[in-house]
Amino acid sequence: MKRIMTLACIATMASAAFAETAPDDVAFTQYGELEQSLSGQPGDPEAGKAIMVARGKGNCIACHQVTALEEFPFHGNVGPSLDGIGSRRSAAELRGIIVNAKMTFEGTIMPAFYRVSDFTRPGDAFTGKAADGPLSPLLTAQEIEDVVAYLQTLQD
Amino acid sequence: MKKMLLTGSAVGIALAMMTAPVFADEDADLLINGEIEITVRTDAPPHMENVDTIYSGWVFRSTETQALEMDDFENPGMIFVDDAIEAWETVEGTEGKSCADCHGDPDGMAGVRATYPKWNEDAEEVRTIAMQVNGCRTEQMGAEAWKYDGGDMLNMEALLASVSRGIPVNVAIDGPAQSMWEKGKEIYYTRFGQLDLSCANCHEDNYGNYIRADHLSQGQINAFPTYRLKNAQLNGVQSRFKGCIRDTRGETFAVGSEEFIALELYVASRGNGLSVEGPSVRN
Ligand code: HEC
Ligand code: HEC
Ligand code: HEC
Repeated sequence: MKRIMTLACIATMASAAFAETAPDDVAFTQYGELEQSLSGQPGDPEAGKAIMVARGKGNCIACHQVTALEEFPFHGNVGPSLDGIGSRRSAAELRGIIVNAKMTFEGTIMPAFYRVSDFTRPGDAFTGKAADGPLSPLLTAQEIEDVVAYLQTLQD
Repeated sequence: MKKMLLTGSAVGIALAMMTAPVFADEDADLLINGEIEITVRTDAPPHMENVDTIYSGWVFRSTETQALEMDDFENPGMIFVDDAIEAWETVEGTEGKSCADCHGDPDGMAGVRATYPKWNEDAEEVRTIAMQVNGCRTEQMGAEAWKYDGGDMLNMEALLASVSRGIPVNVAIDGPAQSMWEKGKEIYYTRFGQLDLSCANCHEDNYGNYIRADHLSQGQINAFPTYRLKNAQLNGVQSRFKGCIRDTRGETFAVGSEEFIALELYVASRGNGLSVEGPSVRN
């Protein structure tokens, strides 16, 4: 009983100490990097892999070719190949690019996956109707961390 | 073709073969029924600042899909042309008239499709071909307007396109149409929705590239209405616009809205020089 109490206590403290950063509170460096984990937790590369290929989630392979994901068909070529990206870019750079790639690449076509404001005619997901109420980011804080963790496994 | 020509030849094609479901022959020429020559690539009109060559969407489709459009017996869109020929001759409305009573044979409409959307002096508005047909129905025939992008209207649009096939698109962008054209241009370059994408991001910056399995065209409308294998029916221009804005996780405009009329005028003018090609076949 005592042990359970202590554990619960630690868990509460931990989540308080590593509070999630809300999309509007994200603070980029001047190069568009984000040093801190958005969720306060490390990412899970396996979960990140699933998000990369899921159409309703990251769907990153819609625009990027990734040799390690060849089992999932149809990679687009609108963006550069992400092969070896983990050797070329730091976690802070990768996090910044996924959260809002426009902070790294001005005017890029790559969507911002953790942004909820300043859109023109935002819709209610893919219904074509106006959004009712505040938008949710395309990926959650933890999902972004998972994708960052997966990208770090892509080494030359 | 900017990106396509540069990376297309070596890297792009290797990648496409590895990842794309079907391979398009981007150098193919289109001859329908062995006699109607369709211009599927030509110099961009002078008003286009960022593109040198314009291409029909046909160029980007798979060899199989391309072939369906080369013969009217294979083109499922032509069935709807037959339906429209019947409608053309059917008397409707309080004036007891059919289209044929005033306009004669549908062939008399050759060349008309190529100039739409266009300014209508009496109505003092830019009219799409659908608006003009409904103008005739309500003002000349005393009949009810057809639903915009509905079946009857798309059939008639297919007929009007089919008799203009091979004739170059030649939409006027100056004079009284200019302000609508400017408005359409602004919409074309506006990034919509939570994905924050403009028409230009996909159809100007990335034609020839793949988004997942989709081979991006220039989003031209010279070939409308399109028979899509995906939904097995004719599809109207503005419904297509609607689908593309919806796919940006954006709030679309309504079919028949002022915004879409302006956008249709602008996009049509980006195809000035390509042939009228509808009803076409797309995936
Ligand atoms: C609509 C297309 C599109 C989608 C979807 C997309 N990206 Fe990108 N991405 C791009 C483009 C284009 C660039 C190149 C930046 C530029 O110059 O615009 C890029 C750049 C990048 C880079 C930097 C590459 C380098 O070599 O520096 C990373 C990392 C990246 N994307 C990751 C992702 C991840 C992860 C996802 C999914 C969560 C994703 N992208 C989804 C288009 C896309
Ligand atoms: C009572 C006669 C009458 C009938 C019936 C009629 N129209 Fe018209 N139509 C006209 C006149 C007059 C014009 C030209 C005046 C204008 O621009 O409105 C015209 C113009 C058009 C144009 C544009 C031609 C151009 O060069 O821009 C099209 C397309 C058209 N009609 C289609 C149809 C169709 C389809 C029907 C049947 C559903 C139809 N019309 C029925 C009288 C008629
Ligand atoms: C995310 C990328 C994207 C955006 C943004 C986009 N489209 Fe598309 N569009 C597509 C895809 C994919 C297709 C199907 C393949 C093709 O023809 O390019 C398509 C097809 C089309 C077609 C059919 C072309 C044909 O020959 O059948 C038209 C017209 C079109 N788009 C117009 C537009 C307009 C206008 C806008 C801006 C309101 C727009 N699109 C925005 C991706 C996009």
